[in-house]
Amino acid sequence: MAKIFTRYGDGTPTELTEAELMQDLEAGTEDAADRGKIPPLSKEELKHLFDIFASPCKFVSVDRGNEVILTYDAATLKIRRVGVAVDRIQALQIYEKIMGADTMELCHVDYSFKPLKPIITMEQPVLEQALLATHIPLFYGAMPNLGLYSQPDGPFPNPAELMPAGKIKEAQESYEQTVAEAVRDIVFVAGAMYESGADGINIDTVGAAGDADFLAALLATEELKRRYPGICIEMGMAGEFIIGMHGGLTYDGVRLAGLYPHGQLKLAQKAGVTIFGPVVNTNSTESSPWNLARATTFIKAAGEIAGIPLHPNMGMGVGAVPLNDHPPADIVSRASKAMVEICRLDGL
Amino acid sequence: MGDPFAMAITHAHASGMGGMRAAGDLVARLQMTRGMKIAEAKKYVANKLKISVADLSDPVIMTEVRQDLQLGTMSPQPKDARGIEAKFRIAEALGIDINCVQRFRAKAGLLMPDSPPRTR
Repeated sequence: MAKIFTRYGDGTPTELTEAELMQDLEAGTEDAADRGKIPPLSKEELKHLFDIFASPCKFVSVDRGNEVILTYDAATLKIRRVGVAVDRIQALQIYEKIMGADTMELCHVDYSFKPLKPIITMEQPVLEQALLATHIPLFYGAMPNLGLYSQPDGPFPNPAELMPAGKIKEAQESYEQTVAEAVRDIVFVAGAMYESGADGINIDTVGAAGDADFLAALLATEELKRRYPGICIEMGMAGEFIIGMHGGLTYDGVRLAGLYPHGQLKLAQKAGVTIFGPVVNTNSTESSPWNLARATTFIKAAGEIAGIPLHPNMGMGVGAVPLNDHPPADIVSRASKAMVEICRLDGL
Repeated sequence: MGDPFAMAITHAHASGMGGMRAAGDLVARLQMTRGMKIAEAKKYVANKLKISVADLSDPVIMTEVRQDLQLGTMSPQPKDARGIEAKFRIAEALGIDINCVQRFRAKAGLLMPDSPPRTR
């Protein structure tokens, strides 16, 4: 029997027999179920994934009628990264008129809230001008990036130096101080861009610096919703699991460390997030079927309880998309279709 | 990371609504302003535009609808509404507030800045 073409999580091509394909799908969903304490995919869902991978087509898509909304992180950065020398407003027009984008995002190359604070009056006119010339909803986005608040980049003692020295309490206190500072910066920048007309704010790559990073994003969301009840806030996560760099931080009585997407979603909803973007990391040494079964298991658990629109991250290295600068469309399109059709999504 | 062909363009073809080639931007606005899930948002927009939900992802039908209602098109003709002009029309057609439209009204003296937001 002919083997089925697929890839590893780093994009390297490989071939599997039908039995190997199903074995990888089952192992992937079991891994997610075990880690997240959530149900594995059903036999019907595994069969749907099997059929998606067994298709000989180079490119697959959702069935007609199942289309969803696409939101983007660091969008204007991605045009410059590939060496296309255009201004940011031109980059937005490329997204709108050439790439079929449903929404788009303006951002700065230094994609964190803290460095934006002193240059906010240079960012606002770009947004205001872009809004005059474009049609589709325009987000402004950046990261909490709590790493910028500890020495030598910021004012607080560096927890990464304190912890190896056994100064656990001091490290935790430093994290707590960075949260308060980061919330002030996020609210300042997001508020200014909203007052300049942004359709939404994307607080992106949340949790990159661990539980304190997630807490800062939740508290900033709360404050922004209090100041601007109509504001749209999208929260995009950095990874599938909240790392307990502090370990004891809580929100609404829930310990943040160790939360998987379905747990993160509940707190994001509570804080007032409008659109939530969970992440499932791609394992580069496992097959794409293994990764996609695993990713859909996690996201399906979140989709079943989501009261707000859910847009999982499907960029390079997450959501079963290969960890490669040039992810092949054969796997990306399969991941796109499977994620939408199995997980009750509202967007990607 | 990831190049635009691999990420944005692949997802747009595999599962996106087509942006302003169709009604992707309009449905997105209901998720963003009303927090609607995808099915509810599609139904709302289809009802407002008096078309079927299936039509929302069809670029041929939606180009005609957008042209008729002046909601902005991929290939605008002379004298067509575009940019902020089209967003005024979108806000009216969908019965929603668009942040930059409200601020444009205020700056241009078309609306007092403290006007109450539109309700559902």
